[in-house]
Amino acid sequence: MEHKELNLLNEALGFHNNNLYGRFVLVEDTVDTTAAFVLHQILKHSFSSHPSSSVIFLALSHPFSHYDRILRKIGCNLAAQRDNKRFFFIDMLMLQFPDEGKPNDVGFAAVFEKIESVIKALPQDNTKFVTIMIDDISFLQVAANGSSNDVLDFLHYCYTLTSEYGCAFIALDHKDIYLNEEKPAIISEMEYLADILVKAEPLATGLAKDVHGQLMVLHKQHGISPVKIHNFHFKIKENSIECFYPGTKI
Amino acid sequence: MAATRTRGSSFSRNVSTVTSQNSGLKHGPNGTTFLSSGIPDLDKILGGGYTLGSLVMIMEDAEAPHHMLLLRNFMSQGLIHKHPLLYASASRDPKGFLGTLPAPASAKEDKTRDLTNEKDLRIAWQYKKYFDPQLNISSNNGAQQDYCNDLDLRKPLDRHFYSGMNVGCVSIQDSPDLASLQDQCAKFLSQFSRNEANISSAGRIAIQSFCSPQCKFANMEWHMLSFIRSLKAMARSSNAVVLVSFPPSLLSPSCSKRLQHMADTLLSVRAIPDEDKEMAKLLTGYQDMVGLLNVHKVARLNTQVPVILETTTFSIKLHKRRYLVLECLNQAPVDGSSGSSYNTSGSCSGSTKAGSLDF
Repeated sequence: MEHKELNLLNEALGFHNNNLYGRFVLVEDTVDTTAAFVLHQILKHSFSSHPSSSVIFLALSHPFSHYDRILRKIGCNLAAQRDNKRFFFIDMLMLQFPDEGKPNDVGFAAVFEKIESVIKALPQDNTKFVTIMIDDISFLQVAANGSSNDVLDFLHYCYTLTSEYGCAFIALDHKDIYLNEEKPAIISEMEYLADILVKAEPLATGLAKDVHGQLMVLHKQHGISPVKIHNFHFKIKENSIECFYPGTKI
Repeated sequence: MAATRTRGSSFSRNVSTVTSQNSGLKHGPNGTTFLSSGIPDLDKILGGGYTLGSLVMIMEDAEAPHHMLLLRNFMSQGLIHKHPLLYASASRDPKGFLGTLPAPASAKEDKTRDLTNEKDLRIAWQYKKYFDPQLNISSNNGAQQDYCNDLDLRKPLDRHFYSGMNVGCVSIQDSPDLASLQDQCAKFLSQFSRNEANISSAGRIAIQSFCSPQCKFANMEWHMLSFIRSLKAMARSSNAVVLVSFPPSLLSPSCSKRLQHMADTLLSVRAIPDEDKEMAKLLTGYQDMVGLLNVHKVARLNTQVPVILETTTFSIKLHKRRYLVLECLNQAPVDGSSGSSYNTSGSCSGSTKAGSLDF
């Protein structure tokens, strides 16, 4: 079970070298090609990365049953992890801050406090192995009635957890939403802050049954050496992701 | 904990047919359930129909009302199956729209259609009398008679289908915001909340031309986005399908993209210009085409595997001017003398440029 398929994605994300702890991974996708599978892969890996690792999942897109079924097929039992207090699913599907009344930052602060309280409630040694995942960021702005500042504040606070507790922070956003905006504040700031950028795009040549899209994984090694880029194609299956260099699909 | 087994091919459950009699529901993969869109070809394209719990969005074309075809068939099929329906539109009298819904084709015409589609079985005319007419319909169609009807667009649906208590119509023209519609949807969907037991009935919500300019809230984009988002979340936890059509040209590009991301199933309809000589040369059967349908996204509930279709653009045609059919586009033979080469753009992003077709 430990010698799982060392595929290009795992390699690109650096699973075998160092884990994602203390880093911020931003995953971007488009309408045509979803990158949710990257989240599923990271989610599965985070449980096997350390015996006392835990995951805090902020869900804004799909209910628990959706992830449970998907992860079960790739070999991870979320329901059991939830019962073992290693998986904390925070259902925010109906999260909506009212237009009038309490300002958004109060609402977001409540969410952040919940995350922090979960971390603090963990046994001392385990706080170093927490992964926080958000699926996905674009809904945060809808919940905040369009206020990008409040969303950015919240995301910044989440980002600080990577240094304060050494958490891994993974977030998914949709790149094509911001393409036409004059000041795409959220995506630009997140791309700037991110240590690892994962971008999923459709193939330039269109749809294909064998290749579902192309993935670019970018490691920013701040200040030390230039960025390291991995580019490959992928095919999503029920129980795994097949990754291969362009043209090498068998 | 389940051990990881790497398999060569992904496991998929067999799709079985109707769950219970006349419920209009069908089992789908990964623990999902389908209900029919009212268009047999579309059900086939989508792999069974619309998934319960999903949000279906249709991007309208300002130049043509083809989205109405999808809406009408969806509503009509639901009424035939006794699925409770909530219909919202910006007109003053949405109930009047129910009178324009298509009725199922009468049995005789239905059989003729099936026979003409029958490719493999050809029975000489003098032997037909020895066969029970029912047997001519292949078993596939036999089950589909219950699940998806051939709806005759020229025949209005009988009043008794929609005069019952299970049909609600809402006009959103005068409401200042979407709060009341959201409450009504919430109340409607609470009837079908999902539990692991057998599904007793399914509900349908149809919202026509969402964010059309007659609505007072048409400028409140974030308000509309949060409405659709909560509708999506409510649909997810209920045994219902929500169908919303909206005109993307009237929204800002980023708002339109957000809505596209929110959709579980995303379709778009496009008008075909009359007398377009270029297109007439490009495609066979151009004259019969009413419009084009693009399938951008197919619902992927409970699975991470995307649905890749053989083709994403279909022509909308009316068979015998009554029945809606969707056909793959067929390229006409190249006319050597004209020397035109088809520059079909390979991009599947579903751009609305006229002339970019995905074969």
